[in-house]
Amino acid sequence: MKRTNEIIVGLACVAVLAAITWVLLSVGDNMRPGVSPFSQDVYQLHMFVLVIVSMIGVTVFAAMFTSMILHRKSKGAEPSQFNHSTKAEIIWTVIPIIILVVMAVPATRVLIDMEDTGGAEMNIKVTGYQWLWRYEYLEDEIDFYSALDRESNYARQINASIEPQDVENYLLEVDNRLIVPTNTRIRFLLTADDVIHSWWVPDLGWKRDAIPGMVNEAWTEITEPGIYRGQCAELCGKDHGFMPVVVEAVSPEEYRDWVASMRQESVASQDTVDRLWSRDELMAHGETIYNAQCATCHQVDGSGLEPAFPALADNAIVQGELDQHIDLILNGRPGTAMAGFGQRLEAQDIAAALTYTRNSFGNDTGDMVQPAQINHLQRQPESDGSLAAATTSAE
Amino acid sequence: MTATTAHDDHHHAAPKGISRWLTTTNHKEIGTLYLVFSLAMFLVGGAMALVIRAELFAPGLHLVNPEFFNQMTTMHALVMIFGAVMPAFVGLANWMVPLMVGAPDMALPRMNNWSFWILPFAFLILLSTLFMPSGAPASGWTLYPPLSLQGGNSFAFVIFAIHLMGISSIMGAINIIATILNMRAPGMSLLRMPMFVWNWLITAFLLIAVMPVLAGAVTMLLTDRFFGTSFFDAAGGGDPVMYQHIFWFFGHPEVYIMILPAFGIISEIIPTFSRKALFGYTSMVYATASIAFLSFIVWAHHMFTVGMPLGGALFFMYATMIIAVPTGIKVFNWVATMWRGSMTFETPMLFALGFVILFTIGGLSGVMLAIVPTDFQYHDTYFVVAHFHYVLVTGAIFAIMAAVYYWIPKWTGYMYDERLGKIHFWWSTISVNVLFFPQHYLGLAGMPRRIPDYAVQFAEFNLISSIGGFAFGFGQLLFVWIVIKCVRGGKQAEARVWDGARGLEWTVPSPAPLHTFDTPPVVTENTEHSAYLQR
Amino acid sequence: MAQGSYYVPATSKWPIIGSVGLFILVSGFAKWMNGSDLGPWMAAIGASVVIAMMFGWFADVIRESEAGMYSNQVGGSFRQGMIWFIFSEVMFFAAFFGALFYARIFAVPWIGGEGTGVMTNELLYPGYLPVWPTNGPENLGGDFKTIGAFELPMINTLILLISGVTITAAHVALKKLKRNALIFWMAATVSLGALFLCLQMFEYVHAYQDLGLTLGSGIYGSTFFMLTGFHGLHVTVGSIMLIVITLRCVRGHFEPKNHFAFEATAWYWHFVDVVWLVLFVFVYVL
Ligand code: HEA
Ligand code: HEA
Ligand code: HEC
Ligand code: CUA
Ligand SMILES: [Cu+2]
Repeated sequence: MKRTNEIIVGLACVAVLAAITWVLLSVGDNMRPGVSPFSQDVYQLHMFVLVIVSMIGVTVFAAMFTSMILHRKSKGAEPSQFNHSTKAEIIWTVIPIIILVVMAVPATRVLIDMEDTGGAEMNIKVTGYQWLWRYEYLEDEIDFYSALDRESNYARQINASIEPQDVENYLLEVDNRLIVPTNTRIRFLLTADDVIHSWWVPDLGWKRDAIPGMVNEAWTEITEPGIYRGQCAELCGKDHGFMPVVVEAVSPEEYRDWVASMRQESVASQDTVDRLWSRDELMAHGETIYNAQCATCHQVDGSGLEPAFPALADNAIVQGELDQHIDLILNGRPGTAMAGFGQRLEAQDIAAALTYTRNSFGNDTGDMVQPAQINHLQRQPESDGSLAAATTSAE
Repeated sequence: MTATTAHDDHHHAAPKGISRWLTTTNHKEIGTLYLVFSLAMFLVGGAMALVIRAELFAPGLHLVNPEFFNQMTTMHALVMIFGAVMPAFVGLANWMVPLMVGAPDMALPRMNNWSFWILPFAFLILLSTLFMPSGAPASGWTLYPPLSLQGGNSFAFVIFAIHLMGISSIMGAINIIATILNMRAPGMSLLRMPMFVWNWLITAFLLIAVMPVLAGAVTMLLTDRFFGTSFFDAAGGGDPVMYQHIFWFFGHPEVYIMILPAFGIISEIIPTFSRKALFGYTSMVYATASIAFLSFIVWAHHMFTVGMPLGGALFFMYATMIIAVPTGIKVFNWVATMWRGSMTFETPMLFALGFVILFTIGGLSGVMLAIVPTDFQYHDTYFVVAHFHYVLVTGAIFAIMAAVYYWIPKWTGYMYDERLGKIHFWWSTISVNVLFFPQHYLGLAGMPRRIPDYAVQFAEFNLISSIGGFAFGFGQLLFVWIVIKCVRGGKQAEARVWDGARGLEWTVPSPAPLHTFDTPPVVTENTEHSAYLQR
Repeated sequence: MAQGSYYVPATSKWPIIGSVGLFILVSGFAKWMNGSDLGPWMAAIGASVVIAMMFGWFADVIRESEAGMYSNQVGGSFRQGMIWFIFSEVMFFAAFFGALFYARIFAVPWIGGEGTGVMTNELLYPGYLPVWPTNGPENLGGDFKTIGAFELPMINTLILLISGVTITAAHVALKKLKRNALIFWMAATVSLGALFLCLQMFEYVHAYQDLGLTLGSGIYGSTFFMLTGFHGLHVTVGSIMLIVITLRCVRGHFEPKNHFAFEATAWYWHFVDVVWLVLFVFVYVL
């Protein structure tokens, strides 16, 4: 009698709990299957594990509720005296082990697949900076930065006049997208320049940390053309939330056209280093560079965010000795968020940014810095940091 | 044993007022200090959580700037972990372990006082960083370099505050181990100890093993920042990821430090209100020990995305998954204890049952996180945030609440208000699920953690979560009120507060007099207070 | 008046004084690091308070102990306390040894292109060879030479090993209650400790001035100085403990059956000894 009661109530509990679980699983968002073979494997693995753990939950909770319903004092239940059963304990040790093995097998298979970075048809080096990404196509020799787009950037300010809802792809759009060909095995080489970032596009099925001084590898093959959005996924400072990743997958033909057009642009800028620039040119280019590279910290109007990020308006260094200023921009200030831009930007960008900051926000030094001047400094090897010295010292 | 006691003649000179609390060596008073401190920190850390939830109420930045948001995230976690949960457990140990093993006090009473009083100073330093020009630490509670090294003037203060917390925890743990190993009443063999005591013994061991490692890790941060070392700088042959390994070698056992005492509490409460002996006592002990052992070899599951070699990833995945087995044994044993018992549902039991269900949900999502390929997607998203709040809030915090309701009549001599207690339970349980369940969806949909603002597609569930957050948060003020009310007075509590309760702590009057067990009680297999341990 | 068997001390002002002292000490340190002039002063005041606290606290304990207030069980608690304290110290060193092993087994080889580090080496540090000792691909801190294991360090190893013997001799003497021998062996142990510290100082000066080896010499300098430095600090603390014990011996403290403070110090000293041996092998020899 007691046993039949337990079975009936138990089954009823299983039914109710299973229904609740089903509702919970279907009302909310779920992981996306994505657009690469991996992401689909990962999605399937996720669903498999999710269903198993849900079933475990339903079983355990059903037993609990059955007990709570039937074995309560108010229903006159008398406590039994058992407090030990080797048989039961062996069962609930062995069954979980079996379940875990069932989950571990496909997990291992998918992982081994994903870790195989061989056979890449193209390599893209991704470098994280506070707070933008740099993409270098190693074969096609394309190199550009990708930062939060202008509109999101306006809307994200406290007291912004635009509402996030009115911005298309709020916080998930960049100025320059990463363009890649479909059906091509691409290897990503991820690193960072300042702090740890993490490059993540959910539709590709993985995220991988971009660590300063180390290079991580991961690869993908996108099967469907489209635009895939993600974000930096490792806390990297104040604008960690504003560092999106946008990948645009296009057919291999379109990709080749794009590469060709990028090439032309960069050829055009090649000889720019050597010629003399006019003040207006420098100021105009400087404003672009400043707003893209410097304004996250020092703000568009040069007012900074005291005390962490100094104002450049009315600033001793910006108004002072030019050499010191150049040195600071090239080499940064170690141990602070102020990175060296010597390796990051082209000579004309730095020259322009310097000229711009020295003559804006109320600064009027009148100085003009020419790209050639910077180029010369950039090419000089740093005093004792040469690689030859490093390797011999290790003896 | 020679009878050499001297405390009686000191009693007359015992100071009064504030200096009594400053200088006390009594385990009950120190336990109270710990518990009050912990409650205060819970409110402070919770207030910070509410700032987070308020900012995340809707997309767009509304209240705080991103830098301050990161400070809130970091401080919220540090305050909750080191200020609320750990001191609460130490406070419970202080109060209950001597009562449960029949000891007159903790083994090292003066050090006991010291380990408590370091804490307020540590938190004075930590919280004062909020008012420094550079603001509080903002690199997450994990303090990963190089980001943490960018912290301004507050950085050194944070490191030293952590050192102080570590010293306090280590001393507290040493004291608890010494008490358990050295002060048990005659006849109380190790396998006759209550489960709470067992779990604390193992927790204390974990604490002593890993807090110094945290101290080492943050010391290296300090020297990297100020003294030119390059532990975490690849340019000098170090590696930023090395910090993560050292940190998580501490960090993973740390999360079990926050759950094993909870397991102990639940293993006390469920038998009491089921009026039945704990099922599988010995296997409970072994399960706890296995969890503790495994906790040392799973740390890298927090860093699957750093790009570790395949073999490493597989090892850490398997090791992590195995933890489900001993934890499962615990859950099944609790269910078996309830099975065919004679249950009643007073507030402590309600919180204990809530714990078992909700902790299990958190544990199951933990197993999902352990699967490396899927963790590539889950990692650093709100799915992880949901996981650890289920095990921490509905795990650790619920267990602490259960413990307070269970033992507060023993501490104050009065019954708490049962009706309010039940309201508190239902209010908390419903709102906490509204708060944290939707975060699973957010994580799966792709919302990273530690961001002050998010894409509009995440708006709905964040809104729900924030509503739940405020409901849960303000619900805790009810708890504060219930505690205050109970301290003030109420129905007189009996010595054995709960009719199903067994154990030495129920043999002393309620409220427990300042000095108990001056002459040790004798425990045998047949005395009633050890009855529920019989196998 | 219930008479128990366990000594529960009365209220004590020392812990709170110690907490305040620590608070001032670490706040002072932190200010110091941020370049504040107040820092060193605060640190000094804090340190004095902590030291005063320790004198006061231990004086209380010694007084109570000498008055025979402690039972065996109290002694047991003290023993437990010391054992677990030493265990925590072991784990503190484990963190730094962990850093050393990780750097040597993983970080440096990866930077040098082994295993998963191929692209790291190719893209970031072309030409860097992963040999130990190293100060990293960017030659941080400039060229340096290392200290040979079988010069000073070997002598230091012998010194510490001998000091382990002398303290055991002292223990034997104490058990036999031969006071003069006891004091002699204690003095010998203290001298050996002091000698070790002097040689260590000498080695540091040599490293900084002649070898170019500094705390800033990349990962090698970092691990070398942090491990030997923290060890040196522990030898210093151990030596101070030994001195106190010696003075107490001179005063006629301790009995053959009841000398916990002596034993605790001896354990500590052996622990410092063992750490050195591990350090000698992994930092100097290998
Ligand atoms: C009290 C704290 C606590 C507890 C108990 C746990 C328990 C577990 N945790 Fe959790 N965890 C945290 C606190 C905790 N965790 C925190 C704070 C973080 C984030 C830190 C940060 O990054 O800031 C985290 C993060 C975290 C991660 C990293 C995620 C990421 O960042 O990508 C992982 C991955 O493996 C993980 C796994 C687990 C597992 C497998 C358990 C297991 O112990 C769970 C075992 C329990 C069960 C499984 C349920 C009961 C068992 C049964 C009913 C038996 C049958 C079950 C099966 C056969 C599956 N946790
Ligand atoms: C035991 C630990 C613990 C506890 C109890 C909590 C409790 C809560 N946590 Fe927390 N949390 C962590 C540990 C914990 N958390 C950790 C480790 C992290 C990771 C940090 C990191 O990424 O580095 C985290 C991160 C974290 C995040 C993610 C932040 C981010 O990624 O940016 C969020 C967001 O919702 C959150 C919310 C909450 C909420 C709403 C509660 C609620 O349960 C709190 C409820 C309590 C109250 C609200 C108190 C009531 C107080 C009042 C009503 C005000 C009165 C005030 C005064 C009198 C002063 N927590
Ligand atoms: C990631 C944030 C960040 C970015 C991007 C950044 N800076 Fe800075 N900058 C800082 C910080 C932080 C400091 C203060 C360093 C310190 O504390 O000494 C600083 C300092 C400076 C100073 C010196 C000011 C002073 O008073 O010491 C100048 C000049 C400067 N930056 C110019 C620039 C220019 C030009 C750019 C773009 C090419 C730029 N910064 C980009 C964070 C940044
Ligand atoms: Cu870059 Cu987060
Ligand atoms: Cu973990």
